[in-house]
Amino acid sequence: MQKQAIFQSKLLPYALVAPQLAIVLIFFYWPALQAVIQSFLLQDAFGLSTSFVWFENYIDLFKEPAYFEAILRTFFFSFAIAVSSLSFALLLAVMADKPLRGSMLYRTLLIWPYAVAPPVVGVLWIFMLHPSLGVLSRYLRALGVDWNPLLDGNQAATLIILAAAWKQISYNFLFFLAGLQSIPRSVLEAAAIDGARPMRRFWTVTFPLLSPTIFFLLVVNIVYAFFDTFGIIDTMTRGGPGKSTETLVYKVYTDGLLGGNLGSSAAQSVILMFMVIVLTGIQFRFVERKVTY
Amino acid sequence: MANVTLRNVRKTYPGGFEAIKGVDVDVGDGQFCVLVGPSGCGKSTLLRMVAGLETVTGGEIDIGGRIVNGIEPADRDIAMVFQNYALYPHMSVYNNMAYGLRNRGMAEADIKTRVDEAARILELTSMLERKPRQLSGGQRQRVAMGRAIVRQPKVFLFDEPLSNLDAKLRIAMRVEIRKLQRRLNTTSIYVTHDQLEAMTLADILVVMNGGQVEQVGNPLAIYEKPATTFVASFIGAPPMNLMSTRPEEIRSQLAGNAAADAGILGIRPEDFVITDQTPDGGVALPLTVEAIERVGAETFVYGSREQEEQRVAATPGELPPGEIIVRIPGTEAPAIGAKIRVAAVRQKLHLFSSDGRTRIEV
Repeated sequence: MQKQAIFQSKLLPYALVAPQLAIVLIFFYWPALQAVIQSFLLQDAFGLSTSFVWFENYIDLFKEPAYFEAILRTFFFSFAIAVSSLSFALLLAVMADKPLRGSMLYRTLLIWPYAVAPPVVGVLWIFMLHPSLGVLSRYLRALGVDWNPLLDGNQAATLIILAAAWKQISYNFLFFLAGLQSIPRSVLEAAAIDGARPMRRFWTVTFPLLSPTIFFLLVVNIVYAFFDTFGIIDTMTRGGPGKSTETLVYKVYTDGLLGGNLGSSAAQSVILMFMVIVLTGIQFRFVERKVTY
Repeated sequence: MANVTLRNVRKTYPGGFEAIKGVDVDVGDGQFCVLVGPSGCGKSTLLRMVAGLETVTGGEIDIGGRIVNGIEPADRDIAMVFQNYALYPHMSVYNNMAYGLRNRGMAEADIKTRVDEAARILELTSMLERKPRQLSGGQRQRVAMGRAIVRQPKVFLFDEPLSNLDAKLRIAMRVEIRKLQRRLNTTSIYVTHDQLEAMTLADILVVMNGGQVEQVGNPLAIYEKPATTFVASFIGAPPMNLMSTRPEEIRSQLAGNAAADAGILGIRPEDFVITDQTPDGGVALPLTVEAIERVGAETFVYGSREQEEQRVAATPGELPPGEIIVRIPGTEAPAIGAKIRVAAVRQKLHLFSSDGRTRIEV
């Protein structure tokens, strides 16, 4: 089998990849480079003078306790969003995997939320849980919960995690369902004959066989929680109350665009960029190799 | 140790499709029962019903004196070997075999004794720590067998366990399975579409077609006296030659026999001899040789009859109308295009009603 294409002209292959390369260079590498350059610069408040300050922006950043708080907060959010979204999606997928009447409809409906844009998700949830407008807030208050995410930081964080996890369930569900369906039926039948009850069958056979999917989704969800939750946070809490829902990405936005500190904002972006690179590296190393069995 | 008895077992799918149309089979303690039939005949469905993987919609399945219709697979005390082996890919060979015992709460020391014993019998001792993907097809097959035997169940169920192996290994494993079953003396039900496997393994052979049992019995008895044209053409390779008795050529030769009602005459390829004589009460046919297949120990002669004849109903392995296979020993064979005459003695004739459903004794 010949896998390599043969070109008569030496230029043709370059011409063919050029459009793709141009897009990558202009829309990905150029802004990234700009961010790196910007992170070494210090601009005065009016944008009149700019000076090259080497790593000063980074050093200042690491001296700032708020930055560490944002890091911890982001890790906590990511963990909470990934775990709750993954476990709920798995539960739904296991149930949808059973031969049910109308399972196609059920599956389709579960996939829909993925099409909802993050800011819209934010709006939807705020409508349900807004302290004075929210439908659910009234029930919560009736149950004796002092529900006010606009004032209570923990409640605001809960709200963000809830909305962000909800949005990601569809995506996870889709992968889990595909993963479950790729487990040979006969292996589960063999386990049933081998005397394993449904719960034991799930934990000793299904779950280990799903582990490549779980690991892949874990990385994807963490990346999602790191970056794609911006729209949700912006529409729901704007990082508040106080800084209780300000994640790293949101801090890039508030420091740079609202606070006018472009240098620090760029430095934060560069750090985030490294985090993505590390996460993607982990994913390629382990997921592509199908580590578990 | 247990009998397995099926009484009027039926399976109708929710869509109304009848996969099993009332099957009665009685497998005695320690017997090896083979379900054989073409694909889609319901043999695997029937086995899965015995295993408890498919619901039974009618009749009773009795294992060791207990009706198991509503009982979970885990509680039926059976073990099954699947066509694709269905090993747990994330567990070592040892854990694959130990899994069923652990589920039943056996002590680790006892599990080890049993697994080691099974591994010794199946020559897997050196592979206990490997994962299934590191094994060859034959080794995986043996692990699947091991997983079944460590459980010491009442009944072994085999669902086409050899069909993923190459031809040589299949024969070797076939003998292994038979030896193992004799040694353990465990009642077994084995599903296959391969009539050779069926003939060589079975104590009781169940020939199925279209969700029904065509014939049950000792394999050789079935070979010698097939009850229907389906069985006649399915059991035995190459298949039995079936021809209509209507043409004058055959009708006149059968005149002395109780052939008044018979519509179909069957003669096995191996029962023909090339001769100019017509045995008393037998049948002789003039043929033109069309093709020759030499396989060493024997030779197959494909001949066409001079007379056009009507198609005879028999689905699997059916020969084109007018074509006859003759099996002769050795490699000596007539030339292609030669006119020959083949004859079979009276005792070797099989007569069936014209619908092929009833055997008529000669």
